[in-house]
Order: sequence, then structure tokens, then C-alpha cells
Amino acid sequence: MTAVTNDVPAVPATVTDARKAGSGLMIACIVVLCVWVLLPIYLLLVNALSSPAEVTSFPKRIIPSFDFGSLSFFLNFQGVGKALWNSVAVALLTMVLSIGIGAPAGYALSRFDFPGKEAFRFLVLMTRAFPLPLLALPLAVLFIRTGLDDTAFGLAIVHTTLSLPFAVLITFSLFSGIPVELEEAAWTLGCNRWQAFRKVVLPLALPGIAASAVFAFTISWNEVFAAAVLTIENRTLTAFLLQSINVSPLYLKFAGGAALVVPALIFIFAVRRYLFAMWGIANR
Amino acid sequence: MAEIQIKGVAKRFGAFTALHQIDLTIADQEFMVLLGASGCGKTTLLRIVAGLETPSQGEVWIGGRRVDHLPPRKRGIAMVFQNYAVFPHLTVYENIAFGLRMQKQPQSEIDQRVRRTAEMMHIEQLLERYSGQLSGGQRQRVAVARALAMEPDVILMDEPLSNLDALLRLEMRAELKGVLADSKTTAIYVTHDQVEAMSLADRIAVMHQGRIVQAAPPVEVYRNPAARFVGSFIGNPPMNFLPAKKLGADQFIVAGSAIKGPNASGDIEFAIRPEDMAIGPGGIPATVRVVEPLGAHTLVTTDVDGKIFRAVLDSNIEASCGDILSLVPRADRIRWFDPQSTSAIQ
Repeated sequence: MTAVTNDVPAVPATVTDARKAGSGLMIACIVVLCVWVLLPIYLLLVNALSSPAEVTSFPKRIIPSFDFGSLSFFLNFQGVGKALWNSVAVALLTMVLSIGIGAPAGYALSRFDFPGKEAFRFLVLMTRAFPLPLLALPLAVLFIRTGLDDTAFGLAIVHTTLSLPFAVLITFSLFSGIPVELEEAAWTLGCNRWQAFRKVVLPLALPGIAASAVFAFTISWNEVFAAAVLTIENRTLTAFLLQSINVSPLYLKFAGGAALVVPALIFIFAVRRYLFAMWGIANR
Repeated sequence: MAEIQIKGVAKRFGAFTALHQIDLTIADQEFMVLLGASGCGKTTLLRIVAGLETPSQGEVWIGGRRVDHLPPRKRGIAMVFQNYAVFPHLTVYENIAFGLRMQKQPQSEIDQRVRRTAEMMHIEQLLERYSGQLSGGQRQRVAVARALAMEPDVILMDEPLSNLDALLRLEMRAELKGVLADSKTTAIYVTHDQVEAMSLADRIAVMHQGRIVQAAPPVEVYRNPAARFVGSFIGNPPMNFLPAKKLGADQFIVAGSAIKGPNASGDIEFAIRPEDMAIGPGGIPATVRVVEPLGAHTLVTTDVDGKIFRAVLDSNIEASCGDILSLVPRADRIRWFDPQSTSAIQ
């Protein structure tokens, strides 16, 4: 373009205009999307980090006062500690279950050819097609019959069905990225299948598996519907907040919201690379 | 002592037959090269010997022991892969020690063997590095050292040099030959590169469409191809072929002149290597198409009865496009092939 010396533009004016308009539109879309996502988080954080009095007053501060009154009130609120513990317990169980079941499935998908492989991959995704409310009621009945209702384990099973597709797909792409020759080399060097997996594949896949585990944790941590339906005494934090949201003061809601959102955000940010990999987007 | 016997091995992938009834015996300490174009089944055969692939039928024996039902780790083999397969999470030292640790060798023995093989492959200064910090040639050295450290009965190599650049390949080729001769192991080496095959092998098994066409020492394969395919595949430029019309009992007409041939019942095919001809009277009339001086020789591509016919001639010849040369084949270098079965006629 720099080689153009006279007044004749290298590209017709209409094309340049269209390009300018196109990039302008893209920037506008990016701004809208960022605001859409970031504004609620911003408001949540500002209010959570303000004193109870500031939350209800007007005008708002742009920069929070870093008053931990709301947060400390929230943490000392009756039942929050127990709900928090339940959330962690259910999320940890979900994490263990989805990796325990999902990683072998991902390995099998990446390494073996078996009839119905493509159908299986599709069905794994299909499990996300059923709305949870549709499943929650029959599940509640079933859980009451088997005595799994109102237990962390019961809820973790439901959360595992939600996180399992992701665990399978993330580990599938992870294992597919590890050349099969590395395993074969290990076999020729004296390993059986399990030893080759443990000594060669696992160390290479571990960061990704950890990421997939964190993602499962986050899904369980954020889930509210099944938690609200299937637990009564042992509420998780989400279900607890849902239950008490109408009867609690505004600053408690903000603090609770922040307590839910911030860990999830940090976790997702930490494992974003592997989530991109799952969808085949070039990372880094 | 590790003689390898492949008895009636076949491999089918669904309807596709990758290997038809392969029979091959490789002597103890022999360097056998499996040579063929891609898709000829050479890698499949190697993987069957390694135990990475199961044969559809047939037996594999190593050192007098039937191994085709055994996993790779129980076959006394070591393998070098095309893409090196150096473990990225381990140092070079730990890569070489990997197999020895699996054998539960004492630490002193492991250390000794790692250092010895590293020295042999000239990578002793790289022992603390990771695979990501190595060049392709260095990774290949690690892969070979890792296999040699096992002191296997049999070493299997799947196109180990094909990912290296030309100069490095030449260097590694010579080095591999020396190292393997010293190690006294039986070796099977898969390649599609005929020069590599010729220079390394004690014996070459030329494979084509899932069959071994010829298994013989390199010069034998080059001089006396057992089939037309071998002649056209090995040699650069490849062998020349011309139709030979039967004239009398053992007389044939090739490109207009009568040549004495073998006893055959009908028309056969005449074959000659490009370098086995000289310019002289009464030869094959060849119309020059392209002249390529290569320094030591000059490659002349000609046209004989509408067929491409190449001759490698002395570099002092003066020929230009359109000239008609009279090419006289060396009588003892003429080969004959049956056009139906494509195999050689003695």
C-alpha cells in the first residue's frame, strides 16, 4: 500500500469504507459483549466490598471502599458456613467422580477404535440436551426411595452427569494430543499398558486433567436447580442463597453472590487454555 | 543369538490385505532392510515383529522362541520410531535409563550403561536436557541410545532417518551402521529410501503390495532384480525396459536389432541399467531428448520406439537434442523379464 505514489487510491473508496464500517461494527460488538459480561461482575464486586450502609445508599461509589462489613456479616450469617462446606464437599465429590469416569472414557475415545465411537461422542454431548428440571423430579423421587436424597453424594452424582460430557471431551482432546508412539515406545521398553499410561501418558496429561477437574468443580459449585430440589437440610451455598434471598438484606445478597462468582471466575480463568483446546481452538 | 523367523504372516484390515503370506528368515546379527514405497506393508510387518500389531495369521519366532502371542515387552526387542518418541517429560538421561529401570537393573549398572550408550551416540553432554531443548538429529540419537542401552536381541527401526535433513541423514547413516555392527544385534530397518537401504543392509527385502518381491544382498538386488518391479524401483535412474519380440529359439528383436536371449516360449521384455551401455556401432538407435551433465557422468534421456530410455554415459560425450545415438548394452548386464508374471527369466 505504501508504494502508491499518486492520488489514485489502491483500493476503491467503497471497499475501504466497507472495511472501516466492518471493523467499527466489530469493535462495537466487542464493547457490548465486554460490558454485558463485566458490568454485572463489576457491580457485584463494588457492592460486596462496600459497607452495608453504602450498599443501600445513593449515589454509588465508582471504586469500592474495601469495607469488609458486608462480607464478614455474610460469613457469620446463620447457616452460611455449613452451606459453604456442603458446596465444597459436593464439588469435590463431583470432581473426583467426573475425572474417575470421564478420563477413562476420554482415553478410550482417543486410543481405541470401537463400533459406535462417533455415536458415543455424540451421545455424550446429548446428555446436556435434557433440561435439568425435567430430570430433577424423577430423580428426587428415586433418591428418596434409595435414601440418597439430601446427601452430598446424591447431589454429586447429579452434578457429575452435568460435568461428565466436558470431562470426557477435555480428556479426549488431551489424550489425542499425546502421540501414541510415546506409549508404544514405553511398551517396547518393558512397560505393560498400565505402566505405560502411568509413567508416560499421565505425567503429560496431568495439567490438563487437573484443569478438567477444576472445571467439574466449578460446574458443581455454580449449579443451583438440582441442589435446590434435591437437598433440604444439607443445602449447598447456591441453594441456600436461593432460599434465603427474599428474606435477606441487599448487602447479604451481594456478598453471597461475590462469594459464588469469584472462585468460579478464578478457576475458569486458570483453566481457560484447556477449555479452548476442547473445542479445537488454537490456544496460547 | 537371535534369529528372526517370519512364517506365513498375513495381515488384513477389514477387506484390505496389507500383508500376504510373508515368509522371511533373518539371521543372527544380520542387518535386514525392508524397502518399499509407502503403503507396501513394510511398517506393518515391522510392527508385527515388534508386537505392536497382531498378525491375522502366521507365526513370528525370535531366537527360537515363538513370540507372536507375547506383548512387546516380552520379546527382547527395542524399537526406534520415525518421530523419535523421546519422552518429553524426562531428561535425556532418564529417557535412556527408562527401559533399564523397568528391568529393575541396579543403579550402578543403569548409570554405566546410560553413559556408555550416550558416549557411543555422542550425546554425553546432553544428558540433563529435555527433548524440547534438542534438535531433530539429537532426538534421533537419544532414541537410538535408548534402544541400544537395553542391549536387545533385536533392534527394530521404522524410518529412523526420514525426518532429518539430507546432510544429517548421511552422517547418521554411516554412524548407525558402525554402532549397530559393534552392538552385534539383529536389526530390521524399514525405509523407502533405496540409497539408505543399499548402504546399510546386509540384505534387502524389497516389498510391493504386501509381498516380499526379493530378499537378497544389496548388489544382488541391484544387479539381478527378481522382478520387473525391483528393477524399476531400485536404481536412480531406474532400469530401462524394452519389448523383445521372439525371433528364433533364443533370438529376440529389441528395437530393431537381434539380440541373443534366454529360451522362452514367446515375447519377453529386455532390461538394462542406464550405466551398462556405451556408444558404439550396431547398438540400439536412441533419439536424444534431454542431456544432463552431472559432473562424473552425463545422463542422457532418449526415446526408443516411443519409450523413455536413459543412459548414463561418460561426461565427455557430445550429444544434443535430436541426435541419434547407437547405444550398445553390455552383454553380461542384460536382464530379461516375463511380461505376464513380471519375474526374471534366467
